[in-house]
Amino acid sequence: MPSTLGQKLWDSHIVRTAPGEPDLLYVDLHLVHEVTSPQAFEGLRLAGRHVRRPDLTLATMDHNVPTRGGARAADDLSRKQMDVLAENCRREGIPLHQIGSRRQGIVHVIGPELGLTQPGMLIVCGDSHTSTHGAFGALAFGIGTSEVELVLATQCLPQTRARDLAVTVEGDLPLGVTAKDVVLGLIGRTGISFGQGHLVEYRGSTMRGLSMEGRMTLCNMSIEWGAKAGMVSPDDTTYAYLERRPHAPRGAAWDLAVDYWRSLATDVDAVFDHEILLDATRLEPHVTWGTNPGQVAPVTGRVPEPLTDTDVRALRYMDLRPGTALADIAIDRVFIGSCTNARLEDLRAASKVIAGKHVHPKVRAMVVPGSATVKRAAEDEGLDAIFKAAGFEWRNAGCSMCLGMNPDILAPGERCASTSNRNFEGRQGAGGRTHLMSPPMAAAAAVTGHLVDVRELL
Amino acid sequence: MQAVKRVTGRMLPLDRADVDTDQIIPKQFLKRIERTGFGPFLFYDWRQAEDFVLNRPEHDGASVLVTGANFGCGSSREHAPWAIRDAGFRAIVAPTYADIFKANCYKTGLLAVTLPDSQVRHLMDLALEDPSAQVTVDLEKQEVRGDGFAYRFEIDAFARENMLGGLDEIGLVERHQSSISTYEAQRSAWLPAVK
Repeated sequence: MPSTLGQKLWDSHIVRTAPGEPDLLYVDLHLVHEVTSPQAFEGLRLAGRHVRRPDLTLATMDHNVPTRGGARAADDLSRKQMDVLAENCRREGIPLHQIGSRRQGIVHVIGPELGLTQPGMLIVCGDSHTSTHGAFGALAFGIGTSEVELVLATQCLPQTRARDLAVTVEGDLPLGVTAKDVVLGLIGRTGISFGQGHLVEYRGSTMRGLSMEGRMTLCNMSIEWGAKAGMVSPDDTTYAYLERRPHAPRGAAWDLAVDYWRSLATDVDAVFDHEILLDATRLEPHVTWGTNPGQVAPVTGRVPEPLTDTDVRALRYMDLRPGTALADIAIDRVFIGSCTNARLEDLRAASKVIAGKHVHPKVRAMVVPGSATVKRAAEDEGLDAIFKAAGFEWRNAGCSMCLGMNPDILAPGERCASTSNRNFEGRQGAGGRTHLMSPPMAAAAAVTGHLVDVRELL
Repeated sequence: MQAVKRVTGRMLPLDRADVDTDQIIPKQFLKRIERTGFGPFLFYDWRQAEDFVLNRPEHDGASVLVTGANFGCGSSREHAPWAIRDAGFRAIVAPTYADIFKANCYKTGLLAVTLPDSQVRHLMDLALEDPSAQVTVDLEKQEVRGDGFAYRFEIDAFARENMLGGLDEIGLVERHQSSISTYEAQRSAWLPAVK
């Protein structure tokens, strides 16, 4: 029977299936970080259990790590979480990239760059942005701490089969429009819960033209419209990215793997439960105006009239009036970072916009590379020099101001142009106001001091 | 997990849609390494407003949270259901939930049940008009009932059985040890290992 990429991935991980029960799926890679794992390890310890496959488990410190000053700069509770993770990994034999190490970074950045994220795999992590890894044609989704404990103990996860949803995007992206704008435009259209219970496959000519970094940005934000997982069929772009990465197969194994990966593509006659069509050629750069990612508009637009109670509350929180041109909104801070947009390509794109310019005097701007590896690569190309010359702070890797668990937070009332994934109330600091956008758009806001159409600067 | 069959109590009407887990338990409270102690920080930022529903004395001691669609969207933090439980709630009634949040509730033994908009609206209005009104969320009979009404809800059969029996899900999966080993033995040799 013709099958979709999502269902092929699902079927190939079934350990056991029984009527009236969820399928028992096998996990190929379990990523672990300091915030959602301590209670899971404690549960194992209390029950006298151990980690079944430490060789398929990788830990990093990312959520609460300071981005300057090292571990000593962390508050006591954060440091305790890092210490507990290190101790748990030591006891269970799990490799850990701790703060200060060469390969430390945001969990969803380091998996791909190490070549651990490969097509055909099932990848989970106690983090909702695990969908990022779907960019490689993997089935990847976030889980809670009880499920983390279950996977640590058994390497398996009971799951009820999800439905199939296709998002078909056709055409070339116009100048100044990025993968971030595709996904923001999509969420603006569907709302923030449409994807619930679905495996989303992003397809069409636009996907074929996107780099792996762009595909990761798009898959990353699948959760922001409620999807169980987002994925892109693997192709030559995927293989070119993977080849010769530290954990990628080599020699004859590489050829065998590629043959298998090519068989994963959705069959021609396969049927999706829903399909959404998007014309990439008509997309504009987008910015959010509200307190969820679905409250979004092209930067050429205006703050809309509120349609719901949620809109009314959002405008009050954001201190915005309907009818205000989005490009007239002044900002205080710029954050270029997060698992959505802190890879090398993102930093290159932002640096192009600011080269030879300076951050607006009223704005404080920072770049937080997604990993220590991204940071080194950027420094090798001189990107750090461009950012620093423009007045940006150049920090160490971590989740940083995407969720503000470390010292990088907005003050109450501060307004931030951010390349992260969530503009929820207080997300970047209590009382802080977040406008989501692409790295070039955030860079443009940094130099002009307000939200602005990056195309005017290109 | 403790077995849970039914919850009877008063309701807290949180009349908002798309409540995200950053609101349920803000990030600065995710640094605990225990599963308990999150209750005082439930809806921490919203609670700073005196008239926020959770601050109203007439709803003190409520154990059933009634709220809007897409409840629990955003972060996968299980700290959200832990905080809700820790603050004394044993059931939630909403039109829809975010997938990960709902799964987390089931693992925590928090009865997250789904009713159509109109029935949730009725419960919300009832809680606002008469904060002392009692409802029962009955997992065995799959119904939410109160004075003069009984609404049937659907729930994943497996999750229901686990909650009713207070079953240890890890123990259940461990029973399939031989299937897991068989699967492991046929995994492709090229698949990556971290060491």
